[in-house]
This record gives sequence, structure tokens and C-alpha cells, in this order.
Amino acid sequence: MELTGAEIVVRCLAEEGVEFVFGYPGGAVLNIYDEVFKQNKFKHVLVRHEQAAVHAADGYARANGRTGVALVTSGPGATNAVTGIATAYMDSIPLVVISGQVPTAAIGMDAFQEVDMVGITRPCVKHNFLVKDVKDVAVTIKKAFYLASTGRPGPVVVDIPKDVTQHKTEFVYPKKVSMRSYNPVIKGHPGQVKRAVQMILDAKRPMIYTGGGVILSNASEELTQLTRLLGFPCTSTLMGLGGYPATDPLFTGMLGMHGTYEANMAMQHCDVLIAIGARFDDRVIGNPEHFFQDGRRIIHIDIDPTSIAKRVKVDVPIVGNVKDVLAEMTKLIQASKEKPDRPALKTWWTQIELWRSRDCLKYDRDSSLIKPQYVIEKMYEVTRGEAYVTSDVGQHQMWAAQYYKFDQPRHWINSGGLGTMGFGMPAAMGVQFAHPEATVACITGEGSIQMNIQELSTCKQFNLPLKIILLNNRYLGMVRQWQEFFYGNRYAESYMDALPDFAKLSESYGHVGMKIEKPEDVEGALKEAFAMKERLVFMNFITDQAENVYPMIPAGKGLSEMILV
Amino acid sequence: MENEAGALSRVAGLFSARGYNIESLTVAPTEDETLSRMTIVTRGSDDVIEQITKQLNKLIDVVKVVDLSEAGHIERELMLVKVRAEGEWREEMKRMSDIFRGRIVDVTDKTYTIELTGAGYKLDAFLEALDKGAILETVRTGASGIGRGERILKI
Ligand SMILES: Cc1cc2nc3c(=O)[nH]c(=O)nc-3n(C[C@H](O)[C@H](O)[C@H](O)COP(=O)(O)OP(=O)(O)OC[C@H]3O[C@@H](n4cnc5c(N)ncnc54)[C@H](O)[C@@H]3O)c2cc1C
Ligand SMILES: Cc1ncc(C[n+]2csc(CCOP(=O)(O)OP(=O)(O)O)c2C)c(N)n1
Ligand SMILES: [Mg+2]
Repeated sequence: MELTGAEIVVRCLAEEGVEFVFGYPGGAVLNIYDEVFKQNKFKHVLVRHEQAAVHAADGYARANGRTGVALVTSGPGATNAVTGIATAYMDSIPLVVISGQVPTAAIGMDAFQEVDMVGITRPCVKHNFLVKDVKDVAVTIKKAFYLASTGRPGPVVVDIPKDVTQHKTEFVYPKKVSMRSYNPVIKGHPGQVKRAVQMILDAKRPMIYTGGGVILSNASEELTQLTRLLGFPCTSTLMGLGGYPATDPLFTGMLGMHGTYEANMAMQHCDVLIAIGARFDDRVIGNPEHFFQDGRRIIHIDIDPTSIAKRVKVDVPIVGNVKDVLAEMTKLIQASKEKPDRPALKTWWTQIELWRSRDCLKYDRDSSLIKPQYVIEKMYEVTRGEAYVTSDVGQHQMWAAQYYKFDQPRHWINSGGLGTMGFGMPAAMGVQFAHPEATVACITGEGSIQMNIQELSTCKQFNLPLKIILLNNRYLGMVRQWQEFFYGNRYAESYMDALPDFAKLSESYGHVGMKIEKPEDVEGALKEAFAMKERLVFMNFITDQAENVYPMIPAGKGLSEMILV
Repeated sequence: MENEAGALSRVAGLFSARGYNIESLTVAPTEDETLSRMTIVTRGSDDVIEQITKQLNKLIDVVKVVDLSEAGHIERELMLVKVRAEGEWREEMKRMSDIFRGRIVDVTDKTYTIELTGAGYKLDAFLEALDKGAILETVRTGASGIGRGERILKI
């Protein structure tokens, strides 16, 4: 039987086992929406802005590892989705975004709601397609899911003109696709893996540096097993948090611009650095020239060859899937007669403990103002460290990363690469859909939350009991901090004036709102809020305006040039 | 690379987005109509060339990347030059064309159009050798390259 292109789209999504489609209708996708209406295989989540649709699909993908799906109309629907797509791209998140396009005959005619979606998104997708023939719809969608979820994951856009959704053809969903130009490497090169193992066994001052690749390849178990087997210190980027249990003594905390003193110092002074699914970002190693250390050797495991030797020279490059490579390494180490150098390690750990004793995350606990760090610490206790935590972008994001100790992967969800304010709440919606029974909290700032505040309405419609933790410092705090440090206290446009009464705002959407102004009320309020399992609670914490994120490495400086409290 | 709409702009976009230098780029379909072949001339340190190669390979439409300059290769470019051919120029232009093994492919009372193929530096040399005042118009294709001997780039 012949089906229309629109029917085929919906059937393909069902074939892929898609549970949720986050989207927003419009002219170019009306045929598809009509088919969405007629089916019951997946649930459609109507957001209030297309950017939020993509962030929600992204949050869903980050929380459960499956590919997120968003559906938007042509023109403004498509452009609204772009920030979401770029956000997913920078953090390597698997998404399929289906956008409507004007009819094929109208393409290039400056038609109503026409934009060149394939052109606009080209630099921020893993790949994109314009489907010009209904016969190509099924195979293109199959390819899109395949590309999005394999190798280094990423967003894939499928742009479908309206007439293609009307035309008919026989529907066959391909069981498999293969593409001659796309063959991600999974297993590491055996010779390189052996060299790496030897280097690891010879190390005197080793350091394991992990990143988002550990999360993306579901390799937490393998990482934990290998690290414990070796007894090596371990650090993580912002994107890798939860990949290794943060409460484990081998974990030295996050590294980088706002990383711990011990992690950054160990990173700088180690003799063998084992980089696992991490890409030596400028927020992580600072200035590459300063980062360079004579005699330090680097092993780098990454599935994407372009990540390797991009910013630093590498001694043992291993292209492969983290999970497979770590399992292979563990096997070789267990089988080897040689053992890690325990006496050297002991000396190294003594040094690390000394760095750790600086207690770089200390803060004033006797303040009469609410300290943002205190809110996160208490929230960590109240949720027993088990919540899924999303965040927006700014100081609150860094405090969340520093003070909430993530022991499990996929529980910390934030925009690291693009740093998109407005990501937090829509992402939390996606997380809650992925895990309906779980506690999901969004840590945000009064600047960020206002970038997608309209989603409180979506949360009401779908009964999403998020806990919104607003660390309200009445400033674009991260901007204010840079202005204090580097621009002579000239706070240009970083004060957030005319804020709404967030509690009332939340109530007007049908949620619970709270305002917390005193340190002694923090814990009680958190307990009360997290006990409300069925309700969204918006907690407006009025925090110390002058608080800064420490430690901090100024841009362009090296890892050992931290500003400490 | 795949002979598909958009493949060329992905490559061009990659070079501009990442700030890589592009001296010339030529592309046309091959004997296998599903594939087209592109020759890019670029410049950079070893590290940059390594990144360019990796980034090109990463593009989904790109099937295979070879650095021709790693071994012996042949490089050819086609140039058409329209020159003045009046009075004393007429003999002179014919002579120059012959010296550089060019061919005069179009003639009027006032002009010659000379066709020249060769490596880029040879075409440069020809233009250098001509009197600047004689050159009316030039057009070049950019280089196409192929490995020497039995080295073959095939899928
Ligand atoms: C305000 C702000 C402050 C920040 N401060 C810091 C900071 O102090 N410290 C910090 O660390 N970051 C910080 N960041 C984040 C930073 O910008 C980068 O996003 C982050 O450091 C990148 O993390 P990553 O290296 O783990 O790479 P990711 O972006 O997570 O990349 C993952 C890597 O793993 C690879 N990979 C993917 N899948 C696999 C697989 N299956 N097998 C093998 N490899 C795989 C990919 O190819 C890629 O190279 C900050 C961001 C913001 C917005
Ligand atoms: C969409 C977007 N615009 C601008 C920025 C630049 N920026 C980074 S952090 C920040 C301040 C965020 O303020 P707020 O949400 O209140 O968080 P705080 O730093 O105060 O915790 C800004 C403006 C950004 N990251 N994203
Ligand atoms: Mg703020």
C-alpha cells in the first residue's frame, strides 16, 4: 500500500522506537501533524518555543542515552531551533530534528516562511538532509538516526518540503543502512593499546583525565574498574561529571577554569596523562603553551580523530570507543606480570593530598546572607545525591558542578560547549520524560531562567514536577565576576533590574512558588519542596550578590595560575 | 566524495569556518557517476594539514582523502589568457605562446586567446613573462592532481 510522506515520517519514528517527539506545529508540517494526531505509538510534547523543543529532546537524550527527536515548522520554527541544535552539536548529543520546508517548487523563490535550513545548520550539525523525493523519506530518516547515534554522536537535521509530505510511495523501512563514507572506529589499534598500557605501568605520577566521551559511550563501569585497579588519581571535565563516582577518594574533583586546586595541579605536574573521551578544551587546559610540560607523556583515547592532537601533541593516540578501549586495557593490565609502581604512587598521592588540604572549595559558612554554595550542598543532602540535575549557564552552573557530588553518569545535564543560557528548564523537562519517577532539579540564575521561562506552561500541561532552584543574585553573575576581576568593577549591563516576583509568576502558571531569604530557612524549604513529589516547585533563593566562583584560572593563563579564595 | 548537492558547500564551509587557507579548489564528476573528485590546494604547517585531512574525512559526504604532496604527483591547471595582438604585439605574443607551449585558440584582428596547461607555477611564469600592458583578461581552473606511477586513488 502506498503511504504519504507524512505517514511515512510518523511510521519511521515508530519503527525507531521513539517515545517522545518535542515540537511545535506550523504550515509546512501540518501534514505531518495530521499523522501525529492519528497515531498512538509516540507521545507529542507541545512546547512553547522551538528552542525549548530541541533542548527538551536534548535533555531526554542526555538522561537516557537514546536519540532525542524534535519537530518544527519551516522559517521561524526552523531558526528558533538553531540554538538548540548548536547546543547539542557542541556537546555531541544525538538528536534528529525534523523541520518542515516550503514546497519544492517554491524553494529559492523567497516563499512565505522559507529559510535555507540545510545552509543555516550546516556548521552546527553532524549532517543534514533536504529530502526532495518522497521515495527518499524512509531511507533518509534511517540514515539520520544511524548518524546521530553512532561514532561521535551529534544532531542531524532532516528538512522535508511540504509537497514531499503529500506525495505517496510504497513504505519500506530499511532494517540497516551502511554508508561507504562513514565507518566509525570502535576497537582501539592493538599496538597502540599495548603501548599505552606499558606507559601506564611505568608511570610515577599518573593522572586520569576523563570527559563527556565516558558518559556518551556508557563507560562508567569500565572507567571505575580500571581506575580502582590502578589506584590512580582521576579528574573530570564539566561534561564528564558522574562518569567516575565523585565521592570516591581517587576522584580529585573537576578540573579546568573553575576546577579544584588539586585536580589542576595534578594535571599540570603528572608524568603520564591518560585522556579519556575529553578534548583538551580551552576552558580545561587554559593556555596550551603553559600547559606543555617537558617529559609529560599523553595517551589520548577518542572516537573522533579530529579531537586528537588538535590542541596538544599526543604520544599515544588511540582512536576508538572508550568503553571498548578501557575494557581491553583492563584485560591487558590484569594479565600483565608488571604492576603499577606503588611506592612512586604513594609519594604522588602524598603530594596530591597536600594540594587537597588547601580546601579550595571552602566558603564563608557564617554569613548572614544565603551563600549559593550552601544551597547546593544542602540540596545535595536533601536529595541524597540521587537527583537528576540540569543547569543553566553562569556562576550557578559552576557551583552546581563543584558542590553536587555526582556518583552516577547521566545525572548532570548542562550546556558546556556552547554555554546556552535558557537550556536548564527545557532540558529538565526532557529528563523528566525520560525518567518519570525520578527527582529532577534545575539549578538556574535569574538571567538564564528568563530565557525560556515560558516553558512553565509546558510543565503544567504535562504535570512535570520539576524542582527549580533559582540562585537569585540579581546579577548576570558570571559577567559581573569578570567585570570585577578584569574590568575595574565597571558593571556594564550586568545588573538584572525589574525582576518579576518569581513565586507569584510560578503560581500564576499553576505551580508552587517559594521565596527564601535567610540561610536558616534553606534546608527546611528544600525539604518541603522535594517532598512535593507531584508538583513543580519554583524556589527563589535570594543569595549573596557579591559571591564569586573560586578557584578561577583567568582566560589565557595556565593551570597552576589559579585565583584562590 | 558523494556526487550530491551540497557536498561542495560542506567542504567550502569547513575551510572558511575553521579559517583554513584555500588556494584553489576544483571539482567534477568521475567515471563513476555517484562520485565526484575534488582537488584542493592549501597551505599550512604539518599540524594544520593533519587537522584539515581529519576534518575532511569527518564530513559524511567525503569518501576518501589523499595528500598528493606526500609522494610524487602530477599537477595540472588550465589557463585562458586574452592578450593584445596588434602591431608589434602580434609577433611577440605568438612567440611567447610558443615558448611556453601554449596554443592560440581564438584570433581577432586585435586579440589572441592563448590556452596554456601546466603546474600552477608554470602559468604564473607565463604571466610574469608577458608585458603587463598586453594582458586583457585571464581565467584559470585551479589545479587538478593525480599520483605518479601506480599510485591510485580509487574507492
Ligand atoms: C561558564 C562555563 C564555564 C566552564 N568552565 C569549565 C571548567 O572549569 N572545567 C571544564 O572542564 N569545563 C568547563 N566548561 C565546559 C567547557 O566549555 C567544555 O564544554 C568542556 O570542558 C568539554 O568537555 P570534554 O573535554 O569532556 O568534551 P565533550 O564536549 O564532552 O566531548 C567529548 C569528547 O569525547 C569524544 N567521544 C564521544 N563519544 C565517544 C566515544 N564513544 N568513545 C570515545 N570518545 C568519544 C568526542 O569525540 C569528544 O572529543 C565551562 C563551560 C561554561 C559554559
Ligand atoms: C544565550 C546567552 N547569552 C549570553 C551569554 C553570556 N553569559 C554567560 S553567563 C551569563 C550570566 C548568567 O546570569 P544568571 O543566569 O543570572 O546566572 P549567574 O551567573 O548569576 O549565576 C551570561 C550573560 C550566554 N552564555 N548565553
Ligand atoms: Mg544571576
